[in-house]
Amino acid sequence: MWKLLVKIFRTGLLTEKKSRTVDPTSPSGFERSLAIRHVDAGSCNGCELELAALENPYYALSSEGVKFVAPPRHADLLLVTGPVTKSMEEPLKKTFEAMPNPRRVLAVGDCACDGGVFRNSYAVHNGVAPVILVDHQLPGCPPTPEEIRLAIQQIFRKPRPERK
Amino acid sequence: MDSDGNPKRTPPALCLIPREDGIPRAIIPHDIPERYVKDARTLMSSGGRFLGLWASGEPEPRIMAAFLLREGLFVLGLHLPPSKGSRTFPSLTSFLPAAGRFERTVRDLYGFLPEGLEDVRSWIGQGLWALPPLSLPPGAPVPETLRTDLPEYPFVRVSGPGVHEIPVGPVHAGIIEPGHFRFQVVGEKVLRLEEQLGYTHKGVDGLFRGREIASAARLAARISGDSTVACSIAFAQAVEQALDFTPAAGARFLRALLLERERIANHLGDLGALGNDAGLGFGLSQFGRLKEDLLRRNRKHFGVRYLFDLVAPGGVRANLDDKTVLDLLEEIRFLTSEVTDLQKIYDDHGGLQDRFQNTGVLLPEVAQRLGAGGVVGRASAQAWDLRTDHGGDPYRRFPPALALAHEGDVWARVRIRFLELQESLALSRALLEHLPEHSIAEPLPANSEPSEGLGIVEGFRGEVLAWVRLAPQGVISAAHVQDPSAILWPALEVVVPGNLVADFPLINKSFNLSYSGNDL
Ligand code: SF4
Repeated sequence: MWKLLVKIFRTGLLTEKKSRTVDPTSPSGFERSLAIRHVDAGSCNGCELELAALENPYYALSSEGVKFVAPPRHADLLLVTGPVTKSMEEPLKKTFEAMPNPRRVLAVGDCACDGGVFRNSYAVHNGVAPVILVDHQLPGCPPTPEEIRLAIQQIFRKPRPERK
Repeated sequence: MDSDGNPKRTPPALCLIPREDGIPRAIIPHDIPERYVKDARTLMSSGGRFLGLWASGEPEPRIMAAFLLREGLFVLGLHLPPSKGSRTFPSLTSFLPAAGRFERTVRDLYGFLPEGLEDVRSWIGQGLWALPPLSLPPGAPVPETLRTDLPEYPFVRVSGPGVHEIPVGPVHAGIIEPGHFRFQVVGEKVLRLEEQLGYTHKGVDGLFRGREIASAARLAARISGDSTVACSIAFAQAVEQALDFTPAAGARFLRALLLERERIANHLGDLGALGNDAGLGFGLSQFGRLKEDLLRRNRKHFGVRYLFDLVAPGGVRANLDDKTVLDLLEEIRFLTSEVTDLQKIYDDHGGLQDRFQNTGVLLPEVAQRLGAGGVVGRASAQAWDLRTDHGGDPYRRFPPALALAHEGDVWARVRIRFLELQESLALSRALLEHLPEHSIAEPLPANSEPSEGLGIVEGFRGEVLAWVRLAPQGVISAAHVQDPSAILWPALEVVVPGNLVADFPLINKSFNLSYSGNDL
């Protein structure tokens, strides 16, 4: 046990200080916390690796009030990776429909933006946009955790288009 | 003529030519279905392992079945004669149950019918297409089945008092790839687990057709992101064999180094996640920081965190100056001592041991029957590792020790990862200290005739296999990359029953299989 404690103290606090860019014109709601439901719509799992990195001690996204949640009913943001395969179309739509308003959609990675290397395959939809309305896109193959973090920050307090 | 009345053939072993860049590999063409089955049987009974089966429409319909022996890699290529109805091929499942899912995939994607296959449920295609998509010419629209007509997947159900069913997925809780699991449960105990995969099917084999080599290599690098180096090396080897080209020693060393960096990053990530799933958050943050340090070093020295697109047919796109080599050596020293510390903590932690030991046991004889390789296989006494067996240069010069355990439980898979980490670090050090002064990339020769090649490499999860058919002028006419996940998913189905539902995430993590690499 002491080995474990020694390790913890020797390691210290690694979480890096981050600047937060807040747009003051945005409506309340996504101000201090954001719950994200991630759906992998057929990615190569490269984007998932970088998403998972956001929870390591260096980025510690949850310390900024952003956390990944399981139930779509708790989620403010739908974060989609992958080119949206034909078989993930339904599950993706259902997840989106289960989310309460206000809600946003962020497409992460080249695949989710336009299909990426899988573009124009018979089995994919060339990204999220053909399936559900996308608010933000983040290209990159895969984008870095820092880029993903900044893209998530954009969701905070920004005017949101009205939608049913 | 032999006793069956067939013309005498060269025994497979004679077709193998030793190669500098790895294990000998050969494609054996077949025209007679019975001979194909017989050869598959012979390869299996001479100690071979089945690695995968796929089809190709180029130049004419063929079934390709891959077997790994200690002597080398053999791929049987059975030509399918034209027929009035659908083309058929003999199923290997009577003696090789692992072939079943692959044959179902061929049926879904090409429409070739496996004769003798009992389970004819749609697999990767999930019944989505009205016509087999790869039976159509490239670019042609593929008619889809109406959603309302899609039948429910007929899972095998268990009945009896108190038995109920838990469906999970395709969307999982957390940052994971999509797939469906159906548990038959009584109380807390799992009686049966059945997987339904195919949710990440992106039509990769179709996308390969007609691509230039460079753009096909980009696609191959994205078969499964966590194995990008392994997939890229296997693909590059296949192209290089097809062009009768051997990469320079400098390129081979750097490839080996990148492959070990990929293995180290993944093993670090898995060990952290396994600690976390067993209730030790400390493990996740400690291994998370080590992995992040490594990724940042990748960024600094190679320009990318995950090593996408660094390995290309012909060589590698990375060069190391002396300062970089020293920095990487320093990193290895640091990681070696950190991993040793953490291993002691894992070893001594009663809570972890309690969750790890005797959970998710894959018995050695079952592992052998299923043909499990890689980390999962080695944790169940399957002594296969391409790097130690016959890796070619540079592995022959610095062979890593084979990591092996016999218990087959989660703890064994954790231990294998610890052992392999240390071996990987030692191998990386040896590679860095002996980097040859050779060119690292050369232009590929041109080919005037169509040709084919194979590649195989020990990725972090197990053997990654690639096959390529080149048309003249460096255009891919067909290709297939096979991640070991496809072989290992059935093993997970076997391992879970008898365990508690709550242990499934832990067992699943200890396998850490790729959905994308399975569904292609
Ligand atoms: S964008 Fe790149 S890394 Fe992300 S899922 Fe697509 S291919 Fe993989």
